Amino acid sequence: MADQKVISRQTGVEDTQYKWGFEFDIESEVAPKGLNEGTVRFISAKKKEPDWLLKWRLKAFEHWVDQGDDASPKWAKLNFEDIDFQDIIYYAAPKSSDDAPKSLDDVDPEILEAFDKLGIPLHEQEKLSGVAIDAVLDSVSVATTYQDMLKEAGVIFCPISEAVQKYPDLVQKYLGSVVPYSDNFYATLNSAVFSDGSFCYVPPGVRCPIELMTYFRINEADSGQFERTLIIADEGSYVSYLEGCTAPMRKSHQLHAAVVELVALKDAEIKYSTLQNWYPGDKNGEGGVYNFVTKRGAARGENSKISWTQVETGSAITWKYPSVILQGDNSVGEFYSVALVNNYQQADTGTKMIHIGKNTKSTIIAKGISAGKAQSTYRGQVSILPGADNARNFTQCDSLLIGDECGAHTVPYIEVRNPTAKMGHEATTSKVNDDQLFYLQQRGIDLEESNYMIINGFCRGIFKELPFEFAMEASQLLRVSLEGTVG
Amino acid sequence: MSNFEKLIEIKNLHVSVAETEILKGINLSIGEGEVHAIMGPNGSGKSTLANVIAGRPGYSVTSGDIVYKGDSILKVAPEIRARAGIFLAFQYPVELPGVRTWQFLKAAIDAIRKGNGQEELKIRDFDKLLEEKRQLMEMDPDLVRRSVNEGFSGGEKKRNEILQLALLDPSLALLDETDSGLDIDALRIVSHGVNIFKSPEKSILIVTHYQRILDYITPDYVHVLVDGKIVRSGDSSLAMELEEKGYDWVKDGAGEEVHP
Ligand SMILES: Nc1ncnc2c1ncn2[C@@H]1O[C@H](COP(=O)(O)OP(=O)(O)O)[C@@H](O)[C@H]1O
Ligand SMILES: [Mg+2]
Repeated sequence: MADQKVISRQTGVEDTQYKWGFEFDIESEVAPKGLNEGTVRFISAKKKEPDWLLKWRLKAFEHWVDQGDDASPKWAKLNFEDIDFQDIIYYAAPKSSDDAPKSLDDVDPEILEAFDKLGIPLHEQEKLSGVAIDAVLDSVSVATTYQDMLKEAGVIFCPISEAVQKYPDLVQKYLGSVVPYSDNFYATLNSAVFSDGSFCYVPPGVRCPIELMTYFRINEADSGQFERTLIIADEGSYVSYLEGCTAPMRKSHQLHAAVVELVALKDAEIKYSTLQNWYPGDKNGEGGVYNFVTKRGAARGENSKISWTQVETGSAITWKYPSVILQGDNSVGEFYSVALVNNYQQADTGTKMIHIGKNTKSTIIAKGISAGKAQSTYRGQVSILPGADNARNFTQCDSLLIGDECGAHTVPYIEVRNPTAKMGHEATTSKVNDDQLFYLQQRGIDLEESNYMIINGFCRGIFKELPFEFAMEASQLLRVSLEGTVG
Repeated sequence: MSNFEKLIEIKNLHVSVAETEILKGINLSIGEGEVHAIMGPNGSGKSTLANVIAGRPGYSVTSGDIVYKGDSILKVAPEIRARAGIFLAFQYPVELPGVRTWQFLKAAIDAIRKGNGQEELKIRDFDKLLEEKRQLMEMDPDLVRRSVNEGFSGGEKKRNEILQLALLDPSLALLDETDSGLDIDALRIVSHGVNIFKSPEKSILIVTHYQRILDYITPDYVHVLVDGKIVRSGDSSLAMELEEKGYDWVKDGAGEEVHP
């Protein structure tokens, strides 16, 4: 009677439980393995890019080569074998995309069906009504929905490769303005080889009438995914943007090194939500996506606001710190995060809030859940620069442990160079407690569901930041990721 | 008619926690429609008995048996016991941060219904039922929107337990010190909830240190538990006598067990 209640240490997500793990059967056009100047030129040519962009890519590539593999970040609390960058495919496009689809009706039915299987019905829009979706398969955007409604509002939402052709001035002005190509090892790599991603521009005074969503999927074996997202909210505008990610099961690791740049001008607000469910690897730690991502927002104008919400359940390794540079006076930065790791997954995630303007305010709420043998680290930096009078930050980090073989770590860096700053920091570590489980079971609820309810409750403060449909999906993801953590 | 003689029969039950024997041979039978009270000094094993009946992990039953509705339940998981109609009102109700009371109650009622081959309750029907029971327990309507027991006062927690009793409508209610920490108003409300539940098909085991709740809910039988043993049993007059004379009176008589 006693031990059936103990949360098991050895169990975890079986391969069969990764419900997104099928492969698409779509012939793809693939660049040869490996990375050299030719690869960069190949990608740029494929995209029929203007010269300035090719030059920018080449500068990034040169910088990447010069700094050498040793320049890859070492400070994260992560354990993994060196990546062989010559063993990766840097460009893989579904064949049918050569004549890019003009509308959904032109999209390869097989691709539509594939996304349907993922629960992203591009056709049946009533299921995700009010969400415009840009679906990115491997490296190429395959479908963007709701174009007419967006056009009416003046909102540009399209693949970044298309934006390069149609809105080169906007792209050239903002690309790399938040994350320069020299920012860090993976951002540099991304700048050289990025293939696609989403672009969004919301004109002054416009409140984007619907949620925008990009759905990413890595399909090709041995391929990396290097998407680049750029979102600009012009003065007094508002946009809510969602991204979702999955990948099929692979024995080998796949690299995902994305860059996301957000720019919010005066009085503008960007709300950016992520559900990250890349393949986490099997229960022995084999396979899984390396998710090394640079996400940063510039709250550039007065009274601007950038809010990151992320639910991270996937990937063998997650390394990302969505950040906000609070440049404008009275600007606001927020970071709400749930990171769940199980089996041998590792997550080193957190945020940076850089306060530059006066009366800037940031809020950080990070929830880490560790199960199995997994390790999760919250790493956060809050910097108050000398000019940031009356800056305020509140940080709360809560960790929840399931079993005795996992770990949770909190590493806050705080740098205050203005005496008027007000900082608050709270951190807790707890375990799902047997008394709570028994209480729920005594009310007829089985052990697994009880465990889920407690953990879902732990995440509630974050989930409520998500748009409703996404919050439901986040709960669902959590449930699937927790399967087998009690027994 | 049921196909068992007694709803629950506890036979020579010995229970240990970490090598220490806490219950030392309990015999107790409760028939349908009966109200029993277990009284005893602190640490005598009252909560242990209630918890072991409900299947709480951490206790080892070293000998004896618990037969409920004709079957031994010693190996049955707690949620299955709950679905079979065993309900424990906790001495210390647990807080569940972030789990809304509404959601918790709906999950509980549906789990029990599904365990008994019924469909989930429709939201509208559930809301109606919940509102009725909430009024019965005179609970703040806001509480069902809050996290379970989080920030509830002691009295609100106990009322919430009886609200669950009323909602889940079990066969056997184990009330562990439901009266402790209640002011006279709350005690009246809680007792009223229990008396409404009381019927010829329902059985109740009241676990209490004090006699005062028994002024509101009249037991058919009273048992006195001292140091893991039932040292005396009788009718409700035994409770009065205890109140008058204190537990030392029965301790002196320990050993001469009397069965109803
Ligand atoms: N989980 C436990 N671990 C250790 N000792 C326990 C535990 N539960 C109960 N006990 C001990 O068993 C005895 C009876 O406790 P309990 O059943 O709570 O008594 P009562 O409810 O009558 O006050 C006490 O001595 C108590 O310390
Ligand atoms: Mg007790």
